[in-house]
Amino acid sequence: MREISVEQITQAVKGLSIEAACDLPQDVEKLIRQAVDKEESQFGRYSLEKIVKNVELARAEHAPMCQDTGIVIVFAEVGQDVHIVGGNLNDAINEGIRQGYQEGYLRKSVVEDPVLNRKNTGDNTPAVIYTELVPGDQIKIQVLPKGAGSENMGALKMLKPAEGLEGVKDFIIQAVTQAGGNPCPPVIVGVGIGGTMDKSTLLAKKALAREAGSPHPNPAYQALEEELLVEINKLGIGPQGFGGKVTALAVHIETYPTHIATMPVAVCLNCHAARHKEAVL
Amino acid sequence: MSTIKKLTTPLTDEQVKDLKAGDQVSISGVIYTARDAAHKLLTESIKKGEELPVDFKNQIIYYAGPTPAKPGKVIGSCGPTTSGRMDAYSPTMLEQGLKGMIGKGPRSKEVVESMIANNVVYFAAIGGAAALIADSVKEAEVVAFDELGPEAIRRLVVEDYPCIVAIDSEGNNLYELGVQQYKVVD
Repeated sequence: MREISVEQITQAVKGLSIEAACDLPQDVEKLIRQAVDKEESQFGRYSLEKIVKNVELARAEHAPMCQDTGIVIVFAEVGQDVHIVGGNLNDAINEGIRQGYQEGYLRKSVVEDPVLNRKNTGDNTPAVIYTELVPGDQIKIQVLPKGAGSENMGALKMLKPAEGLEGVKDFIIQAVTQAGGNPCPPVIVGVGIGGTMDKSTLLAKKALAREAGSPHPNPAYQALEEELLVEINKLGIGPQGFGGKVTALAVHIETYPTHIATMPVAVCLNCHAARHKEAVL
Repeated sequence: MSTIKKLTTPLTDEQVKDLKAGDQVSISGVIYTARDAAHKLLTESIKKGEELPVDFKNQIIYYAGPTPAKPGKVIGSCGPTTSGRMDAYSPTMLEQGLKGMIGKGPRSKEVVESMIANNVVYFAAIGGAAALIADSVKEAEVVAFDELGPEAIRRLVVEDYPCIVAIDSEGNNLYELGVQQYKVVD
């Protein structure tokens, strides 16, 4: 049994929160820079050039790329041979966010009640935390601050199995079409297929935690990702929705076995500031 | 792209009429931030016939909620938020004499109709380019609804804030025109 203190967890989450807001991961930046070369529309290129400049400036000044520093999604993979000492995991994560958002001058964007009392909690907590127990004696923490502009464009459909692959493709294309310029394209398209209603949406979110542009391990799904990327980029939405060739930077699909009678498909979009950072304790 | 049109606030009706979808502009002067929560409070006040904390006549509203300013800075990162969430409130605001809105993303049919009726222009800033945009902000001060934190109304003095005319006062719409131009039909 390996001991990991809540203080270590808090410090890690604090650091990841600030880093995520200010420093775009290299994998995403690479795709944006490639997009500048691919884009033909003048407004599209203009937008992408500003976005690249902003990424550079944010990194140099250690300033948030986007004012929407998000609600924080945390994927915690906890080794079953770890003993967390000095408190509990959720409190440790939330304390890290509290400190990170305060000390990093990040925007606090969480309200305490979704409908009846939309009062800002003042410290950007609570995070949305998904904990998974895994073999081993380490804790892997992934932090994804998620802006609402893109989150609001998510979609779910419980398809009939008879709708098949065409039904899946149509729904994904439809979700991106309806989102239009709202989610700050070029987007990364996270897709979850299978499981249950809840499982598919979680897979769609988890797909966004993947290295941007990394292919699905199954060649058939990899081909589907590539095909969907081509089709989405024919929609003409373009950077910021001003029209153009680059609407999406990547499509990531995650799947799970499902019931004989269903075929859930969920789409979770990420803006071009696809923030994701991780640490292993 | 067109030459950059320089604008100084407050806007006149003539200036608004002169702006066409796709124009690149550079805005200087006072603009006011307001987003979801502030719009809700403002439109509730209008319905009750109360006086607003800011006179929006001929002014520009910027849909934004900045990050906190670091020591020595005027403001934190300060990019546009999704305008569509303000669509329900915008016609009421435009009737107050507002001449411009800055945000990102398409607007509803009702908003565009109200823009035509009230001679208003909608500017798009680059969503997610918030650190860069902050450089255009020279002064920032909360003037209403301080309790809303990031959603408070701020009076910003901007200098050469770059935007694109996304929808003009005749309803010409870059979001529609641009997408039509680049849509590939197999």
